[in-house]
Amino acid sequence: MSAFLQVDNLRKVFPSQRGGAPLTVFDEVNFTIEQGEFACIIGHSGCGKSTILNVLAGLDEASSGYVIMDGREVRGPSLDRGVVFQGHALMPWLSAERNVAFAVQSRWPQYDARKVKAVCDQYLGMVGLSGSEHKRPSELSGGMKQRVGIARAFAIEPKMLLLDEPFGALDALTRGVIQEELLKICAQTRQTVFMITHDVDEAILLADKILLMTNGPDARIAEVVVNTMPRSRNRQTLHKDPQFYRIRNHLVDFLVNRSKTFRDEPPAGFDPRNLPYLTPGLDPAQAPGAGALAGAAA
Amino acid sequence: MFKSFARSQGLRAGVLSACILALVLVLWHLATAPVAAPQYADPEYARLMGGKGQTSSGLPSLPQMGTAIWKHLSNPFYDNGPNDKGIGIQVGYSIGRVLLGFLLAAAVAIPLGFVIGMSPLLFRALNPFIQVLKPISPLAWMPLALYTIKDSTISSIFVIFICSIWPMLINTAHGVASVRRDWLNVARTLEVGRVRTALRVVLPAAAPTILTGMRISMGIAWLVIVAAEMLVGGTGIGYFVWNEWNNLSLTNVIFAILMIGVVGMLLDLVFGLLTRLVSYQE
Ligand SMILES: Nc1ncnc2c1ncn2[C@@H]1O[C@H](COP(=O)(O)OP(=O)(O)OP(=O)(O)O)[C@@H](O)[C@H]1O
Ligand SMILES: [Mg+2]
Repeated sequence: MSAFLQVDNLRKVFPSQRGGAPLTVFDEVNFTIEQGEFACIIGHSGCGKSTILNVLAGLDEASSGYVIMDGREVRGPSLDRGVVFQGHALMPWLSAERNVAFAVQSRWPQYDARKVKAVCDQYLGMVGLSGSEHKRPSELSGGMKQRVGIARAFAIEPKMLLLDEPFGALDALTRGVIQEELLKICAQTRQTVFMITHDVDEAILLADKILLMTNGPDARIAEVVVNTMPRSRNRQTLHKDPQFYRIRNHLVDFLVNRSKTFRDEPPAGFDPRNLPYLTPGLDPAQAPGAGALAGAAA
Repeated sequence: MFKSFARSQGLRAGVLSACILALVLVLWHLATAPVAAPQYADPEYARLMGGKGQTSSGLPSLPQMGTAIWKHLSNPFYDNGPNDKGIGIQVGYSIGRVLLGFLLAAAVAIPLGFVIGMSPLLFRALNPFIQVLKPISPLAWMPLALYTIKDSTISSIFVIFICSIWPMLINTAHGVASVRRDWLNVARTLEVGRVRTALRVVLPAAAPTILTGMRISMGIAWLVIVAAEMLVGGTGIGYFVWNEWNNLSLTNVIFAILMIGVVGMLLDLVFGLLTRLVSYQE
């Protein structure tokens, strides 16, 4: 049986601009996501994460390769995939509720006003925004806006959720609160999620598996780190688990040391069609950087 | 605290406005007051400079002006034939023409601007024409209009049409073209159709820019109608000004100027309110 989401040999080339050479953003990108799985992708700025997400969303087209979700090839945007945009993308002339209602009406055109409102209330309540339904985005804080965006994406009950650095613009405190909310909601709804983040801790808290991407241009996905910590993890207990630091060190080591050189000097036997699944949390030996970092810190 | 400051500033501005108005009226009064006892050495010269009861400058005095305003405004809708109509009727004619030409222009410019704004190809293809047609003084079209249409009223409406179309067209196209990609992407991921996207996303997003264009157009149309009516004659506030100038009634000319200003301000105020209604804060 094949995976819920299957990304096969994806490549994106942007045509040359002002006479320069065409830009290959990424190549040979293969990965899978199972139903109900939460996957994060981490990589340096400009390596092509948003481009991958846009291809998954159907907003952008790959130059070659394909994406199959739930047995169907992705060709163009679909209500099956809810997107939370990097800059919340709320329509400023609509209240929070009307923003969500716009999505609900698009998903279920046959719903009458009462039913639409019921769905909006449910999802705005889910992200803790009951009482702010009638505020315009300009009257909401950054975190509240992002939560409306999340409610809007969840409200259409998509088969999969795509999040592009949803918390990038938030302060650490708000970020933590919303992360926890997202974790809770995803656990309740068994939502399949693909999320971009720059934040290693965020990835470890939220993700079941973490895709590591090398630097661009011509980036690759280098390996998959499986989060072996129990799913009941939360912000308070996360740091108390010894696995946390092993995984964290592995990720940081990749970002700091290996992401630059990986493409040109891949480890022996590297096959982009058959990515290594690593479990540094369980086995410190799998984290080559862990010792080095610990040594440097000592 | 800021609010009370703003209110007190509004109050102070109001007081200042009143002072400026009073100053202007006083200057006017001084400039036009009948010279009670001109102390000219030469009585002959004094006679040349104007006798008793006349103002020194030829402009109406304030009381004369006041009576004229009262006379016009107390009976604005009388109609004693082609050369003697109440000011309300004349202004009504002008507003009617402006609205007709303006609405026709809006009916063309806004849909066309929408299409141009959605299609970069059309934008580039039509831009040279727009750039050439836009700076033409609308009155330059008048002979052509009179020759082809052969009706002075329709010609003046055409002139209004042609002068108000450009700001609306350009603003609509610009507003539509610069709708944020994110919003369009939201609509795409929700599988919203083209028409619904245009009405529910593009239109509200571009509405403030479109209304600004309409406001500019209305301002220009009101400027142009006065000149157009002076040219074609018959009815309207522009014709009224010209007619009163021929009657050498400066009082009525000044009254008409005030009317033009006030009506123009009111029209602008309406569009200002409409713009406020559709504008949003990001
Ligand atoms: N429309 C485009 N035309 C040409 N090049 C583009 C285009 N969009 C993106 N790129 C290039 O593709 C590369 C990847 O961009 P992308 O936005 O996917 O990066 P990212 O990994 O999401 O970065 P960040 O973490 O900063 O958001 C960048 O080098 C960018 O310059
Ligand atoms: Mg990005």
